[in-house]
Amino acid sequence: MDFSSLSPVAMIVLLIGAATPILLAAIGELVVEKSGVLNLGVEGMMIIGAVCGFIVAVNTDSPMLGLVGAAVGGAIVSMVFAFLTQYLLSNQVATGLALTLFGLGMAALMGRSYNGIRPPRMPRLEVEGLTDLPVVGRLFFSHDPVIYGSLVLVFAVWYFLNRTRSGLVLRACGENHEAAHSLGYNVQLIRFGAIMFGGACAGLGGAYVSLVRVPQWTEGMTAGVGWIALAIVVFAAWKPWRVILGAYMFGGITILQLSLQALGISISGAYLSMTPYIVTIVVLVIMSADRKKASINAPACLGKSFHASH
Amino acid sequence: MLRLEQRQQSSKTMLYLTPVLAVVSTMVVGGALFLAMGINPFDAIYLLFIDPFIDSYNLSQLFVKASPLILIAMGLSIGFKAGVWNIGAEGQFVIGALSGGAVGLALWGSTGWWILPLMAVAAAIGGALWALIPAVLKIRFNANEILVSLMLVYVAENLLAQMVQGVLRNPEGMGFPESRNLARNDPTSLPDFFDPLGIDAGGVVMLLLLAGAFFLLQKHALGFQIKLTGESPRAARFAGVKPGIIIAVTLGISGAAAGLAGLFELTGAAGKLTIDFPVGYGFTAIIVAFLGRLNPIGILLAGVVLAGTYIGGENAQFLLKLPAAAVTVFQGMMLFFLLGFEILINYRVIRVRRAA
Repeated sequence: MDFSSLSPVAMIVLLIGAATPILLAAIGELVVEKSGVLNLGVEGMMIIGAVCGFIVAVNTDSPMLGLVGAAVGGAIVSMVFAFLTQYLLSNQVATGLALTLFGLGMAALMGRSYNGIRPPRMPRLEVEGLTDLPVVGRLFFSHDPVIYGSLVLVFAVWYFLNRTRSGLVLRACGENHEAAHSLGYNVQLIRFGAIMFGGACAGLGGAYVSLVRVPQWTEGMTAGVGWIALAIVVFAAWKPWRVILGAYMFGGITILQLSLQALGISISGAYLSMTPYIVTIVVLVIMSADRKKASINAPACLGKSFHASH
Repeated sequence: MLRLEQRQQSSKTMLYLTPVLAVVSTMVVGGALFLAMGINPFDAIYLLFIDPFIDSYNLSQLFVKASPLILIAMGLSIGFKAGVWNIGAEGQFVIGALSGGAVGLALWGSTGWWILPLMAVAAAIGGALWALIPAVLKIRFNANEILVSLMLVYVAENLLAQMVQGVLRNPEGMGFPESRNLARNDPTSLPDFFDPLGIDAGGVVMLLLLAGAFFLLQKHALGFQIKLTGESPRAARFAGVKPGIIIAVTLGISGAAAGLAGLFELTGAAGKLTIDFPVGYGFTAIIVAFLGRLNPIGILLAGVVLAGTYIGGENAQFLLKLPAAAVTVFQGMMLFFLLGFEILINYRVIRVRRAA
């Protein structure tokens, strides 16, 4: 078997691309969960983002406008979830599932005349002198703007949650919504905003799949990435920087199994395709096994509805 | 200004009225969606919600589609009642079909009445074991059963792909990635009992199991413990209910039910294992369980309604050029409406004058 075709630099570049959709969706969901809401509809919001981004990008011939469209699409569809769970106090688990089922169907409906079209190309960063550097140039100065943007976004989320007053309020809603309410904060509105942010991020992640990763529109193309993003939030113990670690690790596994498939290794392709999902399970098990630690990190009001009775 | 006020007692009327409200609202909003797509909304609603229940050919198909949905939803509802969220029924459905199908294929050429029951047992065990993976990981390591059971759907689908290309591939199939046709082989095909109604052996087993679920939840101590765990986990612990046992039992039952549904689909409607074998019944069954209010009789009715939308959807695809995905949109919408209207059970909407 010829392993020399696996260049480490090329693989890292691919890994970052594979990780970015997960990273975007997971950082959004992290904010949602920090506010005390469990939105299981990430997969649905992602696929809506994938199709909205694709439609806008193809019609305007601008991948950047496509990203905007994806974020808006994701945020709009997440509002259904936000309204149902925050104002009609519906069960968050069931509503999240409904969002995923609805999103998958709606995206297929919206995208049916867009099969087999190629979207406009996402530009890559080219810096005179830097991009041409061996190794370093490819690793740090050759990506598309979304990849840099996603890392900036993680930093911004970290800064917002840990260094700003509004971030503290958002976390208070997640830790103890009764207390946040009695201090005069509008828990439902804050959570509504967090859910929309999560929807926009998931939408961006979806658009990255349809505009950059694949780049094409096919039904159900997110293939469980949204669910993996949910697991990444648990893996990250609700800490933003660890989301990067988790997402890149998963990107690595995905690229490794794809490369091994391409090499025609004697393990069958279907078995290799299972690995990201099995690794997700293993990671969940490891992260949850220490009950004390897991319960300290998780927001105390995660998944609980809040109704201000007076 | 409108406000929500908690009711002293949850409303029984609303409990039964909300699913009806949800279906009606879905028709109205769905109709508007069709109008926006340039499809006559009345034709579409007629095909999706009325025609499946009056046309005789459609009626025979109705039960064929409803049986697996009801069977899976019945199992899921027991878990949902206990607050155990098995959303990987699609995977357990596939594993059931794979393990039952493997038994049938291994016994290819032999005859006997016992073959089909043996396959059913293998399917139920296969589905149950697959569902026990998240159960064990939840009990032992506190891993979230929602994510684990869902990840296992993707694992099961890849396993299916592997099997139909490998050991279970039809040796006379010219290399196509599919198994032999079990429905066209007498000892392994599902017998029809009441042909005109489309009730086959799978449907009969489903009805028996549904009665069993009703008994379990209404009359048996275990059913009481399941409900207690869901409504008040703390009280359940004080009453001596072991949460681990409830998790294992509810996931095991739902896995076995989904596995059986997979086998009935394989030996009846589908016939052979192919990569396209899973068609989403495991996910639609979640809607059936909720629309049926997690109640066996409710699930029976809800399963028939959802099966109707599948059949109507197929006809509408043909007659109105309605895309297949439209049915999924309808189903998701129905669940949204149902969850939204649920608030009317425990709250009432009151009008308040804004206080100064």
